[in-house]
Amino acid sequence: MTPNPNLHLWIIPLLPFAGAAINGLFGKRFSRQGVAGVALAFCFASFAMALWISAGVLTGSVPLPHPPEFLAIWIRSGGFSVDFSFYLDQLSLVMLLVVTGVGFLIHVYSVGYMWEEGGYYRFFSYLNLFMFFMLTLVLASNYLLMFIGWEGVGLASYLLIGFFFWRDSAAAAGKKAFIVNRIGDFGFLIALFLIIQHFGSLDFATVFDKVQPLTRETAGAGVLTAVALLLMVGACGKSAQIPLYVWLPDAMEGPTPVSALIHAATMVTAGVYMVARSHVIFERAPSALTVVAIIGALTAFFAATIGIAQTDIKKVLAYSTISQLGYMFLACGVAAFSAGIFHLMTHAFFKGLLFLAAGSVIHAVGGEQDMRKMGGLRKKIPVTFWTMATATCAIAGIPGLAGFFSKDEILWRAYQANWIYWLIGVVTAFITSFYMFRLLFMTFFGEYRGALSAEHQHEVPASHGADLDLDAAARTGVSAPHGHGHGGIHESPWIMLAPLIMLAFLSIAGGYVGVPGSLGGHNLFDKFLGPVFRATAPAVNAEHAQTGESPEQQTEGEEPKTGYGTELIFTGISVAAGILGFLLALWLYWARNELPQQIAAAAHGLYSAVVNKYWIDEFYAWIFVKPLVAVSSVVFWRGIDQGVIDATLDGSADRAREVSDNIRHMQSGNLRSYAGWIAVGATAVIAYMVWVGTK
Amino acid sequence: MVPLSYYLVLSAILFACGVTGFLIKRNIITIFMSIELMLNGVNLSFVAFAAKWHQLSGHVFVFFVMVVAAAEAAVGLAIIIALFRTRETLNIDQVNLLKL
Repeated sequence: MTPNPNLHLWIIPLLPFAGAAINGLFGKRFSRQGVAGVALAFCFASFAMALWISAGVLTGSVPLPHPPEFLAIWIRSGGFSVDFSFYLDQLSLVMLLVVTGVGFLIHVYSVGYMWEEGGYYRFFSYLNLFMFFMLTLVLASNYLLMFIGWEGVGLASYLLIGFFFWRDSAAAAGKKAFIVNRIGDFGFLIALFLIIQHFGSLDFATVFDKVQPLTRETAGAGVLTAVALLLMVGACGKSAQIPLYVWLPDAMEGPTPVSALIHAATMVTAGVYMVARSHVIFERAPSALTVVAIIGALTAFFAATIGIAQTDIKKVLAYSTISQLGYMFLACGVAAFSAGIFHLMTHAFFKGLLFLAAGSVIHAVGGEQDMRKMGGLRKKIPVTFWTMATATCAIAGIPGLAGFFSKDEILWRAYQANWIYWLIGVVTAFITSFYMFRLLFMTFFGEYRGALSAEHQHEVPASHGADLDLDAAARTGVSAPHGHGHGGIHESPWIMLAPLIMLAFLSIAGGYVGVPGSLGGHNLFDKFLGPVFRATAPAVNAEHAQTGESPEQQTEGEEPKTGYGTELIFTGISVAAGILGFLLALWLYWARNELPQQIAAAAHGLYSAVVNKYWIDEFYAWIFVKPLVAVSSVVFWRGIDQGVIDATLDGSADRAREVSDNIRHMQSGNLRSYAGWIAVGATAVIAYMVWVGTK
Repeated sequence: MVPLSYYLVLSAILFACGVTGFLIKRNIITIFMSIELMLNGVNLSFVAFAAKWHQLSGHVFVFFVMVVAAAEAAVGLAIIIALFRTRETLNIDQVNLLKL
């Protein structure tokens, strides 16, 4: 085989695009099976191709980083050029596998979940479109192509949040997500302009080559700091970090598989990917890195506290997602990019699973999302319960599961940078464990508190999955619960349960690729990503060695050969935090489940602050939205639009009509008056000529 | 030898008669004939100039005008007949609408 085989990377994003086009254009005429078949086939083809490439990577026939594969010229203007070209290295390969793998599982789940909904083909068309843009984002070899994917996933997100567009709240949530993302995109665009201005290119390789020799901007802030901070603004919008996180909880208006795919597993992690991709720039801008770390730590903590008091099952998970994304940014902020990507991957597994399981719960209880009206579901939907419990343990950091390894890695790195980050991280881990087990206990334990009514709300896919003649049902030989009407609590069909089980398996096994040295592993994940992050680290980092550890690990080096003892102690502390959260939730929501009300009553002010999400939405509405609406309606709408533009246009139209009104009487239809006008005209012409001739 | 101005004056009188008839007459056939009168008034000045300057183009123009006038008469009379069939009148003041 040639050293660098042509992988035809462009096919990977284009496959889902073909699926989106087929379903979007002709899907209306297909049966539901047809729509699902097209969507799944194209999505799986992408996944299979990603698997094939990773097999090549593992066997060594595809050396990484793979050189950019040129597809077509896009912009050629003077010395500046942008191409459609795709790039694959270890980082994009990990993202590629996560996006296609988790994406495919969620596609499978959606087949069952959306079965009863209108607009089936529309849903799958959007879902495939999302995959196309996300894969473009991940595989792009320059910032502009990445930006296309970046905007495209925003579009797909908007379309899918507003999928139930007849609900005002869904339409408003879609708009909110789009507009808040625009603020972030504005920062991203300015960053791109700065990069063009200073480095003359948007190509990753070119830009990073030019940045490489630059020294760290330790004294003061230069162009690299500016670029890094602006990129971070973009990441804040897309990845829902303070202060732009407000759109994500509202985005739960979308169908649950969308929340799992876009707003937990893939799209929201694009910001983390972008920061990790631009690590060459960030590493040379320490003050920007500090900002990233602080934003990440604060978001992690802040969102976790809001999660405590939410009663909507999906809102809890939404705030949990924001909080976990904060962890990833914290990792990036302390230059532990591979730890951040590791957590991104495990988070995709367990948070995708949590959302899908929550969807299964919502489905089981007939569209109810309020956890206060659930309870006691453990026996009734056992598969959902066990998979969800697995994911909860994973996110809570119970040893042995995926979340434990990745979170522990981040906390350890954070401690090496600054113990305050670590402290916030551990406290957040405790809160995370608490609210997740609270969710689990409220949903699955105790007595059933809801009155399941026959009236179904909007988002209720009923259990007709058994009618599906699909492989999942056939293979397992278990028919989905079926035929007991919409009234009872019922387990979801197997087409929905199979992805849950797959993801539960990944939530358990996914962490073992990154077992740290202190636990007897080799941290394979970090080694795998090493060539991306380590080779480009800035040369000088003497002043960075503030933790007293060996200098080489400051640049994401090898795990220290000594000091496992310390690391183990910290691992112990974070595990203790997770278990403490579990015990507290056990005590409050299982053993003494009348206590939460009393506590809430006792700490009324604090409780209402948390329940109302610290009034951040109201604050934004008051500070930004209201003045903007006021200025827009008075100055721009009434003043400029109606006063100037409309007045000019309407005025000229009115004058024209008045003049026409007066002169239209000439057009009488009377032949002799026409003849008269001809005579008058001819006389005038002749008179003029005579006058000119005799002058 | 009759001076040129005589021809031209006659031509102007003929043309003026045509214009006047065109403007004041109501019957479409009369208006049609007035147009012919105008054309021939012009023709007269053409041939007068041609004779005066010994140039052939004036004659040629007159033949052109005659051909056009003949064609116009054919088409115009056909229109008048069609008009009369539908309106049953030749009074031009009553024919002021495009639709029936």
